[in-house]
Amino acid sequence: MNPDDTIHWLIGRLGVSSLPILPAIENPTASELVGAGAASVAIFGAIGAVIFITWLGAWKTLWFDWLTSTDHKRIGIMYIVLALVMLARGVIEGVVMRTQQAFGLDGGFLAPDHFGELFTTHGTIMIFFVAMPLIAGIANYVMPLQIGARDMSFPVMNQISLGLTATGAALIMISLVIAQFSTGSWAAYPPYTGLDFQPGPGPDYWIWTIILAGIGTTMSGINFAVTIYKERAPGMTLFRMPLFTWTMLCTSIIMIFALPPLTVAALMQAADRYLDFHFFTNDLGGNMMNYVNLFWLFGHPEVYLLVIPAYGVFSETIATFSGKRLFGYNSLVFATMAIAVLSFSVWLHHFFTMGQSANVNIAFGIASMCIAVPTGVKIYDWMATMYRGRIRMSVPMIYAIGFFYLFTVGGLTGVMLANPTISYQVHNTLFLVAHFHNVIIPGVVFGLMSGYFYWFPKAFGFRLHEGWGRAIALFWIFGFSFTFFPLYVLGFMGMPRRSVSYTNPAFEPWMMVALFGAGLIFAALVSLFIQLRVSIRDRENLAVPVGDPWNGRTLEWSTSSPPPHYNFAVPPTVEDRDDFADAKAKGRAYQEPDAYEDIEVPENTPIGMIICVFGTLLGFALVFYIWWLALVSAVVIVVAIIARTFNLSTTRTIPAAEVAEEHRAWLAQVRATKAVTREAETKSTNHGLAGLETAPSDGEPA
Amino acid sequence: MKDGNMTPFSSWRFRPNLLKHAWLLCGVLVLSACNEERNSFLDPAGPIAAAQRTHMFEVIAWTMIAIVPVFVFVPLILWRYRFRNAKARYTPDWEFSGWLDMVMWGVPFVIIIILSSMLWKSTHALDPYKPIASTEAPVNVQVVGLDWKWLFIYPDLGIATVNELVIPVNASVAMDITTDTVMQSILISSLAGQIYAMPGMRTKLHVLADETGTFVGENTQYNGDGFVDQNFQTISMSTEDFAVWVTTVKASGVTLDATTYGRLAVGSTGAQAHETLGSSQMPEGVIYFNQVEPSLFETVLGRYNEGTDIPPAQQPGAVGYVPPSAQGANQ
Repeated sequence: MNPDDTIHWLIGRLGVSSLPILPAIENPTASELVGAGAASVAIFGAIGAVIFITWLGAWKTLWFDWLTSTDHKRIGIMYIVLALVMLARGVIEGVVMRTQQAFGLDGGFLAPDHFGELFTTHGTIMIFFVAMPLIAGIANYVMPLQIGARDMSFPVMNQISLGLTATGAALIMISLVIAQFSTGSWAAYPPYTGLDFQPGPGPDYWIWTIILAGIGTTMSGINFAVTIYKERAPGMTLFRMPLFTWTMLCTSIIMIFALPPLTVAALMQAADRYLDFHFFTNDLGGNMMNYVNLFWLFGHPEVYLLVIPAYGVFSETIATFSGKRLFGYNSLVFATMAIAVLSFSVWLHHFFTMGQSANVNIAFGIASMCIAVPTGVKIYDWMATMYRGRIRMSVPMIYAIGFFYLFTVGGLTGVMLANPTISYQVHNTLFLVAHFHNVIIPGVVFGLMSGYFYWFPKAFGFRLHEGWGRAIALFWIFGFSFTFFPLYVLGFMGMPRRSVSYTNPAFEPWMMVALFGAGLIFAALVSLFIQLRVSIRDRENLAVPVGDPWNGRTLEWSTSSPPPHYNFAVPPTVEDRDDFADAKAKGRAYQEPDAYEDIEVPENTPIGMIICVFGTLLGFALVFYIWWLALVSAVVIVVAIIARTFNLSTTRTIPAAEVAEEHRAWLAQVRATKAVTREAETKSTNHGLAGLETAPSDGEPA
Repeated sequence: MKDGNMTPFSSWRFRPNLLKHAWLLCGVLVLSACNEERNSFLDPAGPIAAAQRTHMFEVIAWTMIAIVPVFVFVPLILWRYRFRNAKARYTPDWEFSGWLDMVMWGVPFVIIIILSSMLWKSTHALDPYKPIASTEAPVNVQVVGLDWKWLFIYPDLGIATVNELVIPVNASVAMDITTDTVMQSILISSLAGQIYAMPGMRTKLHVLADETGTFVGENTQYNGDGFVDQNFQTISMSTEDFAVWVTTVKASGVTLDATTYGRLAVGSTGAQAHETLGSSQMPEGVIYFNQVEPSLFETVLGRYNEGTDIPPAQQPGAVGYVPPSAQGANQ
C-alpha cells in the first residue's frame, strides 16, 4: 500500500481543505470570516465548557448524577440544556440571515453557498434540535409526574433516545468546524441533494443527523405512549389525565407513525448516495416525487407533533393562572385527537404545485382546512377558561395573550394556504416563510417558553425571575411581529424564499424592519440566559421547596421541588380531574400515609453515553468515508447493547425507612411554611405553599 | 364553467366594502413596488391571477367570522376578569356549557363547509392544466429549466429564447414544462400561479395576459448559487408587435443545436450565457435562437426515461458536467 492509499484508508475524504478556518485565512472575505467565526465559537465553546466543568470539579457529578442517570427528570433537564444550546445557534443563524437580506440589495456580504448552508442548518436545528428536544425534555420531566408515575416505562431506552438526539446535534455542530453542511434546505429535496449535484459531505451530514436523531425520537414516542398507557396512578383514568399528558399521548402517536417515513426517506437517500441506488435520481427510473411525498408524510404530522404539546402547556397555564377549571375538557381532548389524526391526511398541501389533478388538490385542500375547526375550538375553550376566572398576568399569561393574537393570524394564513389556488401564488415565497414561523413561534416557541417558566421551579426548587420573564415574553412577541409580518408583504411582492439577495429596491425597507425584529428576538435569547443567571444568583429569595408556587391543579405540584428520585413517597390515589386542586380544597393534600414501602428505581447505566459517542463517530465516519471507523463504531454499539442484556441488576431499592424519613422531613417543612395567597405569588414570601383563596368574590357574585 | 371561462367567479363576487380594503392593501403594495416590472397577483394582469386574488380576499373575509371574536373578546375578558377586579363574577368550577360547545364547534364547521365549496369551485376553475378561453389564437411554449436560466421554445414558430417570454396579449399560452437539471418552479405572479419543473416529467401551465406590459417571472425553488438570478421578463404585446418580435428573433438569433444546447446547459446565469452565446443584437441577459431542433423538448424529456445510466458528465447541472463539444474534444 502506498502512503497516499494509507492516508486515504485512515481518514477517508477528510482533508486539510475541510477546515473552514483555512480558506478564511487565504481569502478573508466577510462570508468566509463569518464561517470561520462560527467554527471558532463552536471550538472555543466546547473548550470553554470543558474548562468550566473542570474548574467546578464537576466531572464526577456530571458522569454519575447526569450522563449515566436513567431518572426521567434528569434526562428531561439534559434534553432542555441541549435544546437551549442549539437554540442559541439557531437564533444567531436566523439573525445572520436577516442581516444578509437587510443588506442584500444587489449583493450583501454572504456567499450564496454560505447562505444555503445557513438556511439548511437553521431549519434542521430549529425543528430537530430545538423544538423536539424541548418537547421531549418538558414531557420527560412533567408527564410522569402528572400521571403519578415513578419513572418512564423504559428508563434505559429513554437514556438511549437522548443519546441519539445528542448524536444528531453533535454531528451538526461538527459540520461547523469540518467541511460544509448541505445547502439543500431542511427538506433536502433530491435530485439537488443527490451525488451528481452535491458530491461533497454536506448532504451526508444531513442524512446521518436525521437518521440517528429520528430513531431516537421514534423510541421516545414509544416510551411516552407506553408510559401513559401503563404507568398511571390508581384512579387516574384516561379522562382524568391532565391536558398536557393528553397532548403528549397524541404527540407520541405522531412520533411513532410520522418519524419512520422520514428515517426511511433519509435511508433511501443514503442508498442513492452510497450504494448507487436510484430511488430519487434523475436517471434509471428514480423519481424525486416519491421523496417529496415521503418527506411530507413525515413533515406535516411533524408540525402538529410540535404544536400539540404547546396546546397542552397553554391548557395547563391558562387554567392555573385563571384560577379555574379548564373549560371544555372533553372538547379539548377530542379536538387534540382530531388534529393528530387529521395531520396524517394533509401532507400534499406542501406541494399543490407538483402537477397532480385538481381533484387530488381539492381532497387535500379540504382536509387541510378541516384542521382549522378543532384548532378554533381549542382557542375558544381557552377563552372560556379565562371567562369568569381571576386572571393573574404572570409570564405564562403574557405568552398566552401573544399566542391568542399571533397564532390566530398564523391560522388565517394557514387557511389561505390550504387553498390550492392561493398556494399556487404564494408557495415558495417569503409568505410561506412568514406563515410557518407565524405558527411555530407564537405556537410552539411561546408554548414551550411558558412551559419552561411554569415548570422550572418544580425542577430546581426556585422560581425564575419574574421581571426578566416578562421582558423575554415581550421580546419574543414584538420580535416575532417585527420580523415576520414584513415577510408576508415581501411574499406578496413576489420574493422567493431562500434568496441570498435581490434587485428590487422596494424590498429593502421591509427587510430593515425584519432586521429590527430579529434584533428583538436576539434580545429575547440573551435575556433568557440573563434570567437564568439572575435566578440562580437570587435562588434563596425565589426558593419554593414545598413545591406548589402557582396554586397548581395537577399532581406534579403535590410533591416537593425538586421532587425526590422516586417522585412520590406513596403512589397518589386520584379522585378528580384536577386532583391536587381537589385535594387542597378537601384537605387531602400533604398527608402522611399509613405506611411506607421500599421503592425500586432504575440503576444508572452508561449505555446511552456509549451509543451517543460511538453513534457520533459512526455518523462522522460515514460522512467522510472512513470505513474502518464506521465498522468499529457499529460493532461497539451492537456489542454494548448485547452486553447490557446480560446485566441483571438493573434496579436498586430505596428502603422504606429512607423514604419515610425524607417524606416526613418535607411534610415538616410544609407545616412550617406560611401559605401565601395569589397576591404574593411573585414575592419572596412564596415558598410554594398555596393558601386557599378567600377572595371576597369567591364563588359568588359580589 | 367546464370550458374554462371565468364566469363562475362572478356569481360569488365580493362585497364592495371589503373590496375597498383589499384595493387599499394593493395600492400600498403597488406604490411601494416602484419599478415598472410587475410581480404580484395583487396587481394582476390576467384573469387567473385576478381570480386568485379575489378568492384570497373572500377566504380572508369568511375566516374573519371566526377570528374577530378572538381579537375582540380576549382583551375584554382579560380586563373584566383581571385578578384585582373583585367585582367580577368568579366561577372556579364552571367547565361545561352545551350551547357554547355547539357554537364553538358549529360556527367554524359551517365556515369550513363554505370555504370548502369555494375551494372546490376555484381549484377546478383555475386548474393550471386547463386552457383559458381567449379571443386570440393560442400559443404553445415549451419551457426547459436549466441552471440558472429558463429556455423558452416556441415549437410552432421554430424559435427559442433564454430568459425572455414574449406572449401576445389576450392569447392563451399553453406551457409544457420540464427541467434538464434539478427541480425548479416557474412563477409569473401577475399572470398565474407557479408549477414545478421536474426532470423527465412534463407539467403544464396556462397563462393569459389581458393587458400589455412587462411582468417578472422567476424560479422559486432553490437550485444553487445562481438561484436568485434565475428571473426572466414576461412581455405581453399586441398580436402585431408579437409578429414583429418573432421576425426580430428569426433575424438576429443563432442556431440551437445539440452543441449549443450543451453549452447553454452549463451552470450559468442568463447574463453569463448571453456573454458566451448571445450577440449585441439581443437584449441584455437574453439569447435568441432562430433554428431550433424540433424535437429538442421531447429529447430533454425522454432522455431520463430510457432506463439508461446518465453519468455526471452528461447531466447538466451536475458538478462533473462536460458540454458535448468539450466531450468531443476530449475523445
